[in-house]
Amino acid sequence: MIRLSDLKISYRIGNRVIDAVDGVTLTIPDRCIVGIAGESGSGKSTLMKAIYGDIQSPMYLSQGRIDYSLKGADGRPVTSETIRREWFRSLSYIPQSSMNSLNPVIRIREQFIDFPGSDSNKKRVLERARAYIGKLGLPAEAMDSYPHQLSGGMRQRVMIALATFFQPELIIADEPTTALDVVVQKEILLLLMELQEQMGNTILVVSHDMGVHYQVTQKMLIMYAGRVVEYGDTDGIFSDPQHPYTRMLIDSLPTIGDDSLRGVLASTAGAGGDRAFRVEPHLVEVKPGHFVARGEHSAGVAA
Amino acid sequence: MTLILKTEGLNKVYRQGGLVRARQVHALRDVNITVESDRPVVIAVVGESGSGKTTLAKTLLRLETPTSGHAIVYDRVVAGKGATPTRREFLGLVQPIFQNPFEAFSRYRPVDAYLHETARRVAGMDESQAEAAVAHALDSVGLNYGEVRGKYTSQFSGGELQRISVARALIPQPRLIVADEPVSMIDASRRMIIINLFKRLRDEQGRSFLYITHDLATAYYISDFIAVMNKGQVVEFGVAREVMSNPQHAYTRLLLDSIPTTNSRWRPRALAAG
Repeated sequence: MIRLSDLKISYRIGNRVIDAVDGVTLTIPDRCIVGIAGESGSGKSTLMKAIYGDIQSPMYLSQGRIDYSLKGADGRPVTSETIRREWFRSLSYIPQSSMNSLNPVIRIREQFIDFPGSDSNKKRVLERARAYIGKLGLPAEAMDSYPHQLSGGMRQRVMIALATFFQPELIIADEPTTALDVVVQKEILLLLMELQEQMGNTILVVSHDMGVHYQVTQKMLIMYAGRVVEYGDTDGIFSDPQHPYTRMLIDSLPTIGDDSLRGVLASTAGAGGDRAFRVEPHLVEVKPGHFVARGEHSAGVAA
Repeated sequence: MTLILKTEGLNKVYRQGGLVRARQVHALRDVNITVESDRPVVIAVVGESGSGKTTLAKTLLRLETPTSGHAIVYDRVVAGKGATPTRREFLGLVQPIFQNPFEAFSRYRPVDAYLHETARRVAGMDESQAEAAVAHALDSVGLNYGEVRGKYTSQFSGGELQRISVARALIPQPRLIVADEPVSMIDASRRMIIINLFKRLRDEQGRSFLYITHDLATAYYISDFIAVMNKGQVVEFGVAREVMSNPQHAYTRLLLDSIPTTNSRWRPRALAAG
């Protein structure tokens, strides 16, 4: 469980202060895949970095706190202060464009050894790693390759292998499939889902593709302008979206074979795509487990 | 019927590696597409990365010369053997829109300078004509010249910049606009603005588009014809609706099957805890 209490994360740029995450209060339960959606600049990646404990200048925590129910390697509960020691032990991070995050000048097998939480017995690590990448659908030769010799999809599998090798309790995946084409994307997403079921851990997936969220996640968090617009079960969000921004995100996804939408989409996206929304800072529980930011009733659209 | 686009035996072979261990990469393998229609069309080219989509676009834009074969746009041979138009004539016929609008324009020049340059150099207008053409082009993409003038790329959103790219491409009144992944750098919620803009320009201004994308959903939504590419070959080509509703090639079916839709789930999921 991760509890965010009135969390405000800001960036200090020159004399200006920008609140990228602006007062977020919510609880993320254990053992589920939670999707985070919203457009660029809505604070998704900042929130993920904060949860990961990677708060570095010019980014800082200006208000609120994050509580984890994770247990550290030493058996003590993890706090915001000690979380860095748990990186790649009890939590891991698959960064944006992560397939380019592998060290380009060493082989894949060395990346497993040259790794913060790695065992000191290299041989044992390598044996386990070889068996493990096989399970993730990578050929054994991949271990002896350099990153540039692998395709984008294979590199992404290696990143997922590295991030899940230690069976972390929490995995944060920031746009794990953006640079991949649909066929490979499906393979990678199915792999993540299978791993989550086997390990029973929590995965936070950032994506701007609502189709990906529908396929993969159990709960969803919609962000807009640094605030949470809507939070609840994925099925509930798709079947009964409460906030106009959520509705627009869902409607902006064209569907193949559904010709009735062709006309509707043209009108809503053309006129509505550029509009701004007002997001109130406080969430209201409209149904059990389904939260919406709604201040003035139905005043969601601000011109 | 007007011949909008025709490629005949288009091949492109890249050489990779050194002198000794050179390897040949067939980016385009015997690509034959013919699009004839009475009215302007949107032709979508879909396929995974490395399938040759961008090479096809670059060949049609004359940024790459084909190894063999040629391409015809509106009855004129534009690429390959027998390509006649001069550079200026060509740019008045075919115009590009690129993937990343932040890279298409320099950070150190106001964006409207590019529009002016296109008007003067490609369309051969004088200063006052150019001024009017820029204003008109910006107006047709839903932007106001007064709000664009003198501004730099950092002062626009990706969607706005891409609309400016479209406006720039419109200035020489081209018949065909080649758009290589024009929406992949834009927020999902704003993509449809660009897509719908293409549709409007097709219907109201008579521009045809070659829309290169890996997003089958938008391709289905906007295109009249669709070409599915895999490993340099066009594996399936035809009227978009027919191809998408009744795919014949296994690769097209695989592509369609891999789209994350909200209609049905790939696999059942465990219920959310808590």
